[in-house]
Order: sequence, then C-alpha cells, then structure tokens
Amino acid sequence: MASKNNKRTSSKPPGNQQAGQRATDNMEHDATQVIRDSSESSIDMSGVDTKRRRMLVTGASVVGGLGAVALAAPLFSSMSPSERAKAAGAPVEADISKLVEGQSMTVEWRGKPVWIVRRTPEALASLAKVQGELRDPDCVEPQQPDYARNDTRSIKPELLVMVGICTHLGCSPTYRPDIAPADLGKDWLGGFFCPCHGSKFDFSGRVYAGVPAPTNLEVPPHKYLSDSLILIGVDQGAAA
Amino acid sequence: MNMRSMANWFAKNTCGLVCVLLLGLSTSVMAAGGGAALESPRFDPGNTKSLQRGAALYMNYCIGCHTASYHRYSRLASDLDLDPLDVSDNLIFTTDKAGAPTKVGSLMTNTMDEDYAKKAFGVAPPNLALTARSRGVDWIYTYLKSFYLDPERGGVGVNNVVYPGAAMPHVLWELQGWQKLVEADDGHGGTVKKLELVEPGMQTPVEYDKSITDLVNFMAYLADPIKLQRHRIGMWVLLFLFVLLGIAYMLKKEYWKDVVQ
Amino acid sequence: MRILDNTVAWIDERFPLTKMLEEHVTKYYAPKNFNFWYYFGALSLLVLVIQLVTGIFLTMNYKPDGDLAFASVEYIMRDVNYGWLIRYMHSTGASMFFVVVYLHMFRALMYGSYKKPRELLWIFGMLIYVCLMAEAFMGYLLPWGQMSYWGAQVIISLFGAIPFGIGDALTLWLRGDYIVSDATLNRFFALHVIAVPLVLIMLVVAHILALHEVGSNNPDGIDIKKNKNAQGIPRDGIPFHPYYTVKDFMGAIVFLIVFFTIVFFMPEMGGYFLEHANFIPADPLKTPEHIAPVWYFTPFYAILRAVPSKLGGVIAMGSAILVLFFLPWIDRNGIRSIRYRSLAYKVLLFSFVIAFIILGYYGMQAPTPVGTFISRLCSLIYFGFFVGLFFVSRSEKTKPLPERVTS
Repeated sequence: MASKNNKRTSSKPPGNQQAGQRATDNMEHDATQVIRDSSESSIDMSGVDTKRRRMLVTGASVVGGLGAVALAAPLFSSMSPSERAKAAGAPVEADISKLVEGQSMTVEWRGKPVWIVRRTPEALASLAKVQGELRDPDCVEPQQPDYARNDTRSIKPELLVMVGICTHLGCSPTYRPDIAPADLGKDWLGGFFCPCHGSKFDFSGRVYAGVPAPTNLEVPPHKYLSDSLILIGVDQGAAA
Repeated sequence: MNMRSMANWFAKNTCGLVCVLLLGLSTSVMAAGGGAALESPRFDPGNTKSLQRGAALYMNYCIGCHTASYHRYSRLASDLDLDPLDVSDNLIFTTDKAGAPTKVGSLMTNTMDEDYAKKAFGVAPPNLALTARSRGVDWIYTYLKSFYLDPERGGVGVNNVVYPGAAMPHVLWELQGWQKLVEADDGHGGTVKKLELVEPGMQTPVEYDKSITDLVNFMAYLADPIKLQRHRIGMWVLLFLFVLLGIAYMLKKEYWKDVVQ
Repeated sequence: MRILDNTVAWIDERFPLTKMLEEHVTKYYAPKNFNFWYYFGALSLLVLVIQLVTGIFLTMNYKPDGDLAFASVEYIMRDVNYGWLIRYMHSTGASMFFVVVYLHMFRALMYGSYKKPRELLWIFGMLIYVCLMAEAFMGYLLPWGQMSYWGAQVIISLFGAIPFGIGDALTLWLRGDYIVSDATLNRFFALHVIAVPLVLIMLVVAHILALHEVGSNNPDGIDIKKNKNAQGIPRDGIPFHPYYTVKDFMGAIVFLIVFFTIVFFMPEMGGYFLEHANFIPADPLKTPEHIAPVWYFTPFYAILRAVPSKLGGVIAMGSAILVLFFLPWIDRNGIRSIRYRSLAYKVLLFSFVIAFIILGYYGMQAPTPVGTFISRLCSLIYFGFFVGLFFVSRSEKTKPLPERVTS
C-alpha cells in the first residue's frame, strides 16, 4: 500500500505498469478519477488499494446485512400469533351426548367454527350416490388426517367433524340436509352449501365438481376421549 | 491552553457530566413509603428451584386476592421448567366465573369481585405482576417481614413498619407467627422500636426469611420474565456489533487514506 | 450491470434520481475536518428511523383505550413475540433521541452553526426539537401508567396559567374531558402516531435541504466554499459519500453498542428511561408520592418550579425554549467557532451548559429549599447566557481565522 509521501506522481500514466500486473490494477484506474494535484483537492486517490477496499465494502455489507436481517426477524415475528392467540388455539372439548341423529352442532376452535354432525343412515347412503359428481371423491388432497381418509371422512362413520370454513374464500357454508329444495335443485341429496359463491359439498364435506371451491372441506385433528366427548385440535393417538 | 485542548477539555467534561446524569445516579430514587430501612437479601433470578418454591407460595397465599393477570400459567410453566400438567394439577387453584378450573393457557386471574374487595379491605388488592418493578424487591421483602400486632387497628389487627396503615392482613402468619413492636435499648441510652417474635409460626425466622426470599424472587420474575433471556440475547448482539465495528473501523480507515490532511 | 444502468437512465429521464443522489450524497462536499461532535446529526436520523419502525410494530398490538392500554403494553411485553424488544427499543429510543439531539444542539452552539447563512437551518432544527418534545410527551401518556397519567395532568395544567379564562378553556379542550381520560389518551395516540411524526419528517427534510443549500459548517467555523478549485469543488471539501458515509456507519455502530447495551441490560436505566411508578396503572384518584417528568424535560421543569408564580413559571419555561430560536440574532459576533472566540464567550457557554445540567438534575428531585435556590440561580445563569452573549458578542476580542480548515 502506498503511503502518503510515496504517492505516484501525476507524470506517471496509469498504463505504465510492470508487466504481469493483474487486471484489477487497471480497473482501479478506470473506476476512480485520479486527481493529480493534491493542493487542488482534499482527495487523493492515487494510493487506492481497490482489492482491499472492495473486500471491506463486501464484508461490511454482508455482516451489516446479516445484522439488518437479524433485526428484521423479531419485528416480523411479532406479527405471528402471540401467546394469547396460541392459548386461544388450545384444543377444545365437545360434549356430543345430546346430539341427535341428523342434527349438527358448532364448537369454536382457534376462532373457527367446527361442526359436529351426527349423520342419518340416509345421509351416509347418499355419499356413494354422489361419488361421480365430486372433484376429489377419494380425498387425495390432504384435507383430512390419515385416520379420517375413508368413505365417511370420519373416525366413527356417523359422526362428522369438520372445519366449517369454505375452501374457496373463507365463508362459512350452511348445513343443508333437506333433499331437493327449491333453491338447490331437485338433484340435491343434502350436504353443505356456501352462500357466498355457491360452492356445494356432500354430507362428508367433499366438494362437487364445477363449483368455485378447489378442495374438500378440512377435517381437523380430533380424538374421542369417551363415547360422548371429542377433543378437537389433537390427533388420535397423541397425548391430550 | 490552546483552542484545541480547550475544546477537548470542554468535550470531555460535558461527556463526563452527561454520563454522571445518566449512569452515576442509577441507584435511584425508589419511593420508600414509610421510610423504614429496607433489607436487601440476594435474589437469584437464575435459581429455578427458588422460583418454583416462590410460585407455590404465591399460588397458595397471594393469588386469591392479588391477581398477576398480565402473565400466563403456560409461560410460567415453560420459564420455570415445569410440566404444564403439573402446573394445572398443583399450582392452579383458581377457577373461572363459571367454576371450571382455570386453564393453563390463561392469565393468572382470580375471581375476587372488585366491589367486594373494596368493601372488605377498603381498597381493591392490587395486581402484583409488576410490583417488583414499581416498589422494588427490597421493599416487598422487608414489607413481608414487618407485620406486627396492633390492637389499635380494628379489622385486620395488624400494622406494618414499612407501610403503616396497610390494608392487608398478615397472610403469612402461619409461617412467620406473630410479631410485636417493642421498645429496646439502642445502646446509647435511648430507645429504639424493634420487632419481636411473640408467637412462633410453623417456620423458624431463618426458614421464613428463606421462604419470602423465594416469594419475592418469584415476584421479580413475574415483573420482568424476559430478563435472563434478554441478557443472553444481549451478549450475542453486542458481540456481533463489536465484530461489525471492527470491519467498519477498517473500512473508514481505508477510505480516509484518500483524504489529504 | 447493463440492466441497472438502463433502468437508472430510464428513471433519470422521468425523475431526478441521479441528480438528487449527486446533490445530496455523492457530490455533496462536506468539510474534511468534522470531529466527534459531527456524528450526532446522522445519529438523530438513525434514531428517528428506529422510532418510526418500532413504533409501527408497537401500534399493531397497542390499544389506545383507558381500560385496555396498560394491559396491552404488558401484552406486548409478554405475549407478543419479541414484543419486549420492540417496546424497549422504542422506550430507549425516546431517551436516546434527546441524548443525541442535545449533543447535536450543543455542537451547533459551540461552533456557531446557527449563524448566517444558517439561521433558517437552525430554526428548522429548533422546530424539530419542539416537535420532538411534543412527540415524547404524548408518547409518554400511552402506557397509561401513573407517571404517564400524572405527567400529562401536570403538563396540560401548565396551559391553565394563561389568564382571562383562556387557560381553563384551553386545558379542557386539550383533554376533551374534565380530567385526563380515555378521550385524552385516544387523541394523544392519534397525534403521536400520525400527526406529529408527519410534521417531524417534513421538518427533517427541510432541515437537510437547508443544510445542503448552505453547506455544512465545521469546527473551524470558516466557509469552505470560499476556496474552490478549477472544477468548483471546495479545496477543503470531501464528498459525503463515501467518506462520511463510512465514518457515520462506524459512528452508528458505536451508538448501537450503547443503545443495545441499554435495551438488553438496563432498559429502565435506573428509573430514568422508564420510571418506576409507571409500572402501576393510571389511577385518577391517587397521585404518586413524587412526580417528575422524564429526564429530558427536567431542565425546563426546574425553571418552571424556580419561579414562585404559576403564570410566571410557565412564561419562564416557555421563554427558555423560545429564546433559543433567536440565537442567530442574539449572538452578534461574526466568528462562528469557539476556537477563535474570546474567553468571555467560553465562560458564558460553559456556565450555560453546567446550569442546564444542574437544572436537569434538580428538575428530577423533590423540591427542597436548597434545590429551589440552586434552581433559581441556574435559571438566572440560563437566561444570563443570552443576555451576556448579546453584549459580549458585540465587541469580542477574537483570534484570527485560518485560511484553510485545520486538521
């Protein structure tokens, strides 16, 4: 590195270098304006070690950038669910002892409605009949835990547990067990209907083809604590 | 003295004074109520066992009247190395308004009705989650040691040296026993007022001091639960900044080689 | 690189990007002899950014409601991920803002940076300072602790000193209620997060534009623009970028070391940055035993208390700030830097600074006879500085200025 009293003089042209000098040395003179007379300016760039400079700039940018990211991380993480939200998202118990056949009940889990429906034998029978009109009749999409990937999408055939949020844009569909009502047409065998954009689902929450909703309704993780008590939010087999 | 050294002197002195203002007075003006001398035992925020014992005391003796409702049981469980189920079974004694046991994800509330509390005690018992930061740990510690029998006070029947006229009864009497304020010789011919144990409790004075040290240690945790983690993260942040400072210093030096002085 | 160049060219045809960058950064020539005191302008900008960013994230979880505010702050401190860090950065930032701004202002006093042609620059700076005090004051109400509440109560009551019934009407209007209440909290929130920051940012832009129009002063107080080379570049000037960007970068890191030491290891700063009584929720029926404003207001608070009359105290306090606006005309000496001024000036400035610091100390203490006496003495010195300066500066025995800046 050139020291202050060892500056190249102005008479020495930039190209006048020893043979074998690396290309970076030439770039140094292209990249910087050398002011030749130091009395004319307070900047004298004739002794610039471009390589070292570039290295330091890169180092400062990388380390400083890391710092900026490290600072941004807590800021953005403050926007994810807080401890309060997580506590509200804890598993909830539902008592189904009073749920009669054909009826549905709603419990709140993570602020979302979860339906529990005790389906009638007719409703269960309808599942096979609509098979051909569905988008994903075999539940290929992972919209349910493995233990609910069966013909009835449930642990116990008659009891359906389902997140009541339409997979289209998040409205809550209505339970429509009535057969062939005026507004849904004479082919309607019962199921769920979303009033927002007209998506239709069968009695196990499978979506019909040709409606806006892309996938079947979601089955939440759940387990039976007893015949009359369901815990929603915890997988079957997991500890409470 | 030339101009430069004058300015430097000026600079240094001003800096010094600012430092005195900001740092030197850090041992600060904690309002000490009754004006009694406060004891300052050693509290160890890293002693999880002490915090657990303190939590047990708090849940047994305090929370019935004093909520700590900014804090969650679940957070307490994870910070104090406890299983949430154990906390549910052994530390949660409160219920919600409907009578169901308080859930582990809940805030540390109680069901005391504020109007009832005002009627019973004259004032509603304060939330104690932040008291270690508003009063200071030494104040709480000394306060808990300073109850004495005072027949002149109807109702609670006790008074407190640190906080005369306190509305709180001596809740920890089972442990400490009862004290009396007596006049003692101060060794210089005068008298001085002193607390004397007249009826022992379940614990010896040494055990009692240890218990309330645990309790106050727990209250300090309640007031500033992030403290230890904050210090840990802080060390890394400072380490990082010193590395960055090294690079920044070299960068500045490198560029300032161009500047002709 | 081609794509970048083309994009810049495309923008330049439509917006003066390169022109602005050159004017304010790469071809803004600053004197090469900046010393320690010249870090604090850039640092103020850094703290402003910290406050704006952390403030935005605090707003996401804070509730400006008398029943919820205090608990929502504790919610941020305990339940929100890293909420404690964001909150401590904001509370520490508030105090550090005043630390750097006071040092920045002291620099201006020492080197005469308020003098012609920088009068307007100084006035913009003073307006920023006043805005900052309003911002800090209103922000301090938001945690809705005892100090928040009673501090606001006291400061708003100051306006009640205005005679002819105006004062009472004004305080009622400011509070929007008969006491400091939910209504007050809600409007202070609006002003704190929207109105004042907006004005503050505009003033900062004006401050920087004014600075770049006239050029930076320097510790020698001489005009580097009077000595230019053939290209019109001041011989003692160096481009702000890269020379002062790398230097300020280094300064910023030293500052951040101090800043984060406080944030992580002493966020209360012994009760000076976060007062103990503010950990108790606001209670309109019970005043804390000892109320004092946060440290950055205490010099003016001490002046207020030094005057044994309500109206007089308010006038004295107001004048203490107002008089600073007139400094460019009070100081009638043409020499800017302390380096070339008389001993009389140095004595004046030194006693002014000492008086200011002592006032700050007594403003924090409970009133005592001794404290009041010293506060009165220091208030006299405070105002005496301006009076003395007005006369001393007229016929001062100054030293000859150098031709070029000294290193």
